[in-house]
Amino acid sequence: MTSPQRSLAFAVLLASLFFCCSVQDAHAIPAFARKYGLRCSACHVAWPVLNDFGWRFKDNGYQLMNDRDAPIWQNPSYFPITLRITPNWHRENTNKVAVDIGPPDPVTGISPQGETSITQHGFDHSGLDILTGGTLEKNLSFLLVPSAIETGEFHFESVWVRLDNLFKSPWLNVKFGKFELDNFLSEKRILNLSANGGSYQLYHFIPVGDSNMFGQIGDNQLGLEWLGHSFNDHTRFSAAVISSSDGSPDLVNANTYTGFFSASQAFDLGGLGLQRVGGYAMIGQAPTYSLTSQGVPVPGSSLGNESFHREGVFGDFYISRLDVAFYYQHGSDDAHFGTATPANVPLPDGARAPTWNGFFVEPHFTVNPQLVLFHRSEWVRMSQQALPGTPSDLGDIDNYSFGFRWYPIMTSRAGFAFHSEYSWLRQRGMSPVTATDLTNNSVFFGFDFDF
Amino acid sequence: MRTKLLRWSLFLGAAAMLALLGVSSAQVTQQQQEGEMGVESHIGKLTGRASAAKTNYRRYCVGCHGEKGDGNGENAPWIDPKPRDFTLATFKCRSTPTGTLPTDEDLFNTIGRGLDNSNMPQWLPLSKQNRADMVAYVKHFSPRWKTEKPGTPIQVPHEPEVSADRIKAGLQLFQKMECWKCHGPEGHGDGPSAPTLTDSKDRPIPPYDFTEGHRFKCGQTDEDLYKIFMTGLDGTPMPSFADNLNPEQAWDLVFYLRTLQPMHTKEKDIAKQLGLKPIEPNAPATPPADK
Repeated sequence: MTSPQRSLAFAVLLASLFFCCSVQDAHAIPAFARKYGLRCSACHVAWPVLNDFGWRFKDNGYQLMNDRDAPIWQNPSYFPITLRITPNWHRENTNKVAVDIGPPDPVTGISPQGETSITQHGFDHSGLDILTGGTLEKNLSFLLVPSAIETGEFHFESVWVRLDNLFKSPWLNVKFGKFELDNFLSEKRILNLSANGGSYQLYHFIPVGDSNMFGQIGDNQLGLEWLGHSFNDHTRFSAAVISSSDGSPDLVNANTYTGFFSASQAFDLGGLGLQRVGGYAMIGQAPTYSLTSQGVPVPGSSLGNESFHREGVFGDFYISRLDVAFYYQHGSDDAHFGTATPANVPLPDGARAPTWNGFFVEPHFTVNPQLVLFHRSEWVRMSQQALPGTPSDLGDIDNYSFGFRWYPIMTSRAGFAFHSEYSWLRQRGMSPVTATDLTNNSVFFGFDFDF
Repeated sequence: MRTKLLRWSLFLGAAAMLALLGVSSAQVTQQQQEGEMGVESHIGKLTGRASAAKTNYRRYCVGCHGEKGDGNGENAPWIDPKPRDFTLATFKCRSTPTGTLPTDEDLFNTIGRGLDNSNMPQWLPLSKQNRADMVAYVKHFSPRWKTEKPGTPIQVPHEPEVSADRIKAGLQLFQKMECWKCHGPEGHGDGPSAPTLTDSKDRPIPPYDFTEGHRFKCGQTDEDLYKIFMTGLDGTPMPSFADNLNPEQAWDLVFYLRTLQPMHTKEKDIAKQLGLKPIEPNAPATPPADK
């Protein structure tokens, strides 16, 4: 067999496998699917992205609001646990990495630095999520997610209990613990898995030189949330008060709090389905320094609180099999954060509050419940730098990703997806030596599974 | 040589015939499917189309009701009661007389409301159009919709004011109609016939336990309860009492059944004031006053 013949034969084999498998029977948190006997597609546009039915289920405290919600009705052998991990192959390229380009200076011992492009690729695996959640009793729900990074180090991603439907009203649900903020476009249920596409830049944006890490909407936070929704979940709102600790335990930054508010309304546009628009705001304060003892910060002595805020709008629109989500954010930090200056120290001349605007649009095209194509374009633009004279575009971000997920099986017992994705990220003026644009791109193929 | 040629000709001819037969039968099946996909539903001003619900059925319903709508989805072995077999077009929740097809609105309401005491959830987050389309899709599974029209919905007269007399009359009807034989003297669903009950597919089925349920299989209002025993739950042992009860008596029974439920009801308050005791199964029934 000649080389072109082998290539053709391989292509035919791949195509045959694809078509054979894609005509198999369609068949997600499988712990919930197992409990209720519903396929993952019932609650997910494509898992893990929730559809409207899934949102109602979540907003009701992981309950379908029927007589089978309480665990007492489950078979005693049922245990509400799901594990998720993704073995993968990926390729990462960074266009400008600082490298030594000569021998060390005999006086300073420092080598001259240059920049070079570095590409790495190979087989790998993701971190592990252990998701255990559900109901302890009717209208008493919980979620516990011990999560490990790739090297096996564990932390608690989510730890909460929720009192659902207090006074028999869907408008009164109170959650307590560490939880994901009520982001309708949830980063925890994002389709992307690649290094540059696997998070929303806007949910973690910190301007260059800024010291405020407490305004990260995408990070799970410690606090208390009140969520209310209409019976059909078309109208929903939430208000949360959280510790300004970015979810870190042990009273890091004790005594400071942040508020997060979100509200949305869905409109039934007949055959097009439900279209949702909403708004959100995060308003908080966090310390800029703490007392020290022998130069070591004294726990619990955080001082010099300064403020920050994020606000914006979002939407999720369905046009037949195409759904398009968009998200806008305006953000600002106090000048002390912006210049990393403790509040008890005078600000540098001309220092001002850094502000930015960002937007992303994320279309998904659901070919069928077992195949989804996805894309995201995201842009973050600084509108005011903290220090005059800083290049106006320093830290601006452009991020694009494309991919597809194919779910060869879809049952109410487990989830399995072949994931393919390319993503590209550019940060203006962020290269380590020449302060020019830093670009990263990722190619990712993986088998995402949970059970 | 000639024999070889003849054999090849025969073989190719037979293969061509088989291929032709295959193509024609595939065409017939496709035409049939396309025809069935043309099924519509009409709910108010909404027109539902089966063809528009194919993907949603695969997304939401197929796990229980199965690709063929026969109730044999992958979850069917594990859930109780079993998923509805749409190919039989026999439905519990109807506004139409027993034995007849339900209206499109009946199916639409069932999809939105869900079915208590079963795995069927409320599909309210689906848009009304999506639900109307799904009604048409459910209908496309059974040929009955081609040959029969839905029954005429029963008339539900205006609900009278509840009174002590009505509740007492309802209790007597509970005894006389032998509701207790399945539902038990106190409504626990533990009557003497309870262990023997089976559905239309010969599978065991427990009677409704009034003392546990806030909602009924087909709704939670007095009117819903009225409809349940005046239309029956087709496919189950629960018959229609339309021929045995007049509307006034049916309302009396509704009021009495409300006294058995676990939540606070005004009927329960009245029963308490009356000191109403559960029926004595073996006591002779006192005929309720004619109305």
